[in-house]
Amino acid sequence: MTELLALTALEAHRAMVAGELDAGEYADAWRRAAAGDELNAYLWRDEDSGPSPIAVERPSVAPIAVKDIFCTEGVPTTAGSRILEGYRPPYTATAVRKLIEAGAPILGKTNMDEFAMGSSNENSAYGPVLNPWDRERVPGGSSGGSAAAVAGGLAPWAIGTDTGGSIRQPAALCGIVGLKPTYGAISRYGMIAFASSLDQCGPFTRDVSDAALMLAILQGQDPCDSTSVGLPKPPSLPDRENLSGLRFGVPEDLASQVFDSGVRDVFEATLKKIESLGGEVDTVSLPHAEHGISAYYVIAPAEASSNLARYDGVRYGMRAPSSGDVIEMYEQTRAQGFGAEVKRRIMLGTYALSSGYYEAYYGQAQKVRTKIAADFKSAFDQVDFVVTPTSPSVAFKLGEKTADPLSMYLNDFFTVPMSLAGVPAISIPAGLAQPNDGGPELPVGFQIAAPAFAEQKLLSAAYALEQGIGFDARPPGAPGVSPSSAPYTARDQKRTGSGGGDGG
Amino acid sequence: MGTVAELEAVIGLEIHVQLATKTKMFCGCELSFGDEPNVHTCPVCLAHPGVLPVVNEQAVRFALQIAAALECEVAPRSIFHRKNYFYPDSPKAYQISQYDIPIAGAGRLGDIRIHRAHLEEDAAKMIHVGESGRIHGSGASLVDFNRGGTPLVEIVTEPDLRSAAEAASWARLLRETVRQLGVSDVNMEEGSLRVDGNISVRPVGSDALGTKTELKNMNSFRFLERGIEAELARQRGLIGAGGRVEQETLHFHPEDGSLHPLRSKEEAHDYRYFPEPDLVAIAPTEAMLREARESLPELPAARAERYREQLRLPEDVAALLAADPQTAEYFEATSKQAEAVEARIVANWVTGELAAALRQEGGDATAAESKVEPAALAALIAMVQEKKISHGSGKTVLAALVSKGGDPAAIVERQGLAQISDNSELEAIVATAVEANPEAAEQIRAGNGKAIGAIVGAVMKETKGRADGGEVNRLIREKLNL
Repeated sequence: MTELLALTALEAHRAMVAGELDAGEYADAWRRAAAGDELNAYLWRDEDSGPSPIAVERPSVAPIAVKDIFCTEGVPTTAGSRILEGYRPPYTATAVRKLIEAGAPILGKTNMDEFAMGSSNENSAYGPVLNPWDRERVPGGSSGGSAAAVAGGLAPWAIGTDTGGSIRQPAALCGIVGLKPTYGAISRYGMIAFASSLDQCGPFTRDVSDAALMLAILQGQDPCDSTSVGLPKPPSLPDRENLSGLRFGVPEDLASQVFDSGVRDVFEATLKKIESLGGEVDTVSLPHAEHGISAYYVIAPAEASSNLARYDGVRYGMRAPSSGDVIEMYEQTRAQGFGAEVKRRIMLGTYALSSGYYEAYYGQAQKVRTKIAADFKSAFDQVDFVVTPTSPSVAFKLGEKTADPLSMYLNDFFTVPMSLAGVPAISIPAGLAQPNDGGPELPVGFQIAAPAFAEQKLLSAAYALEQGIGFDARPPGAPGVSPSSAPYTARDQKRTGSGGGDGG
Repeated sequence: MGTVAELEAVIGLEIHVQLATKTKMFCGCELSFGDEPNVHTCPVCLAHPGVLPVVNEQAVRFALQIAAALECEVAPRSIFHRKNYFYPDSPKAYQISQYDIPIAGAGRLGDIRIHRAHLEEDAAKMIHVGESGRIHGSGASLVDFNRGGTPLVEIVTEPDLRSAAEAASWARLLRETVRQLGVSDVNMEEGSLRVDGNISVRPVGSDALGTKTELKNMNSFRFLERGIEAELARQRGLIGAGGRVEQETLHFHPEDGSLHPLRSKEEAHDYRYFPEPDLVAIAPTEAMLREARESLPELPAARAERYREQLRLPEDVAALLAADPQTAEYFEATSKQAEAVEARIVANWVTGELAAALRQEGGDATAAESKVEPAALAALIAMVQEKKISHGSGKTVLAALVSKGGDPAAIVERQGLAQISDNSELEAIVATAVEANPEAAEQIRAGNGKAIGAIVGAVMKETKGRADGGEVNRLIREKLNL
């Protein structure tokens, strides 16, 4: 069984197509693995595998973990919120339907920050997800459940959503690959909206090839989503061996940014690796990117305040008992149904859109967004890719930043500009670094951004770099780990020791 | 401050037209009227989590037809906004509407300027259980989402209307125009056409606009006129008494013609408009614009203009004929068959004598639906014009045609209505009549022209109306050596 789970999704798919791997047996092995979830990664698991609107008749693709933000017909869908407790959608999201039609069984629905608002998964109404590398640390967010499931050996791959970094940051903190495609590459239909102009579906995978395989399944124009356009052509599997002729741009003010020294070391080592693979490293100017967080935290809450207004207790989900009129019922339902961070952002967004403040906030933020998009456009006239660390730090401790929303928001510093510009970006694991507060080494992500719709080029470069880096560390217990490797032993001891202090 | 009599009315209208598309504005649910509640719904129009709107292309085409009919400028790229408000008739808690870049900009219909026309979706229908019929004070409220998401075009005029009657008459013209496009049922009782008024008054001669009130719930043209009348009277009374008009929304109650302000809680909204991120701009192609223009029938305003300018019809007759396309076609068919007769005379027969005869007959048949064929009316008019029968006999024949149809010449023959064409016969009758009315003859000689009526009447009585009035007049004067 361990051997089965050690296969990447691409390897498994090839084996199934060749008749060398029994798809049912393979899916069952993953169901058993998912059943052993100790990370609170899943909110719902397909345990009975009986007749269901989302059942797959003839599996031929690796089973998948789906962020609980995607509607799945007849299957609980909460978006990590109390307000959708008990909700079973009457329809299935286009992205999930495409996976099912491709032959991928759904393993389960993964935990997430409520309505995708968060960078640590601590904003889930159903408890935080634990990082498989260190269970005292966060997996990142908002797609923390999907990232932890793939990294922790609870799913071969997963889908999540990225609004300002919610795929790339947890992928980085969990040591796996996370891709945010170009806005419009994948349908948003059935993906519960947080910030409609930024939300984009994307894969969590063990490697770049799996990301390409999943993107090929997911991408495409959807008549149900007017903003979807698909990719110019479906991506093929990357096979580039070096980076010769490719230019990588490092934002020139990156040096002045505050981030962990361990992260900086891995980032610089990766730049050297790029050069050793024949790539060229330059600096580029993204003069407005530093305002990205400010603009993002106006635009995203503004759209969210409107998107989340439909949760009123009238038609579905939770309804608070109320003896008063309809207004009181709304107020009670929303007061009890939403968590603190969601309420904070609804208030921010409502304020930003209010008459008299619109131009100063929303209007201004949109101008900044246009400037950032223009920055990327001119940067891509000089270089093929823009590269940054994915996150300023490795995984931080549970509770460390919950009292300080601003420091939490700064986690998105490197990922938000690409979201505002709508361009594709991938995070690949680039090495391990010791956290600033000590303890064992944790994964560091390397972010590569490309021009809009240049996913093929992005995946090819990421693949060549991935091969060059040769990152093969895995958290304890995860499949594909050699029992002799040090991290496995150390973590495994800590895990069995349960709740001890420092794993050393 | 001027007196009440010196305040002129300044009225603009906002008209919501439900489009008669097959499906809703942003989803594939069928449009319906009068079906069992909540059967035409889907995840999109019930605003389930994760759904997205998709613009109904037919609705865009219909809006472009309306824009063409109203001679509006069409925006090359118009966009949708979200209008945010909490109310159970709005499942998303926002309405998708157009805000600062509507599909249609400035235009006109007749003399009234159009400010804009935009696409949006209708709200669901609320049924408040309880006495008030309003959400406040009702025991429970039910929501029927069948109507939710019906495509609407909202047409906004400039404040160019100057009386309640003018507003009602222009609204009728608009309804006829939209009806002829075939893009809506335009039924006010069923709510597929809803007209709200923006009403203010100002001193005559002033260019400034007074404080306006918005008047709602006038679900017939009669109520529209009555509601505006009532509001104008209220505003004139307020100002006449030294008071001020407050900006507010008023609800017209047709039962007693009263006006009631909507409660401020229902009205005080900051809609927090922002561009709808789930939709892309509407960018009509040249082909779509051409198709919209070419699909236009000749609309009432254009037809009326043609009648005035080419056929020399008086303005009121032209407008009356053009308002109803069937009557207009009937008039044109009759006019074509009565080649020798001026169009103006045919028009007078259709809108005057024929309309009166149809009313006399009872029922509510229009000219086009009546038993009077255009050819028959044309022949009748020609007989009168050629003085083969008198005008009075013409009306008698028309009454017969209205009740049974048929050939006017045969009716004239059967009833012996042919005009007396033998002048010696008529001269003899005139001579007898003059002799029988010496007093009248004396008065005529003394210069009292009106006195001739008595003698004409006597002649007509004798001839049973078969004499030509003009000829009788001439013969009487000849007999009196005048």
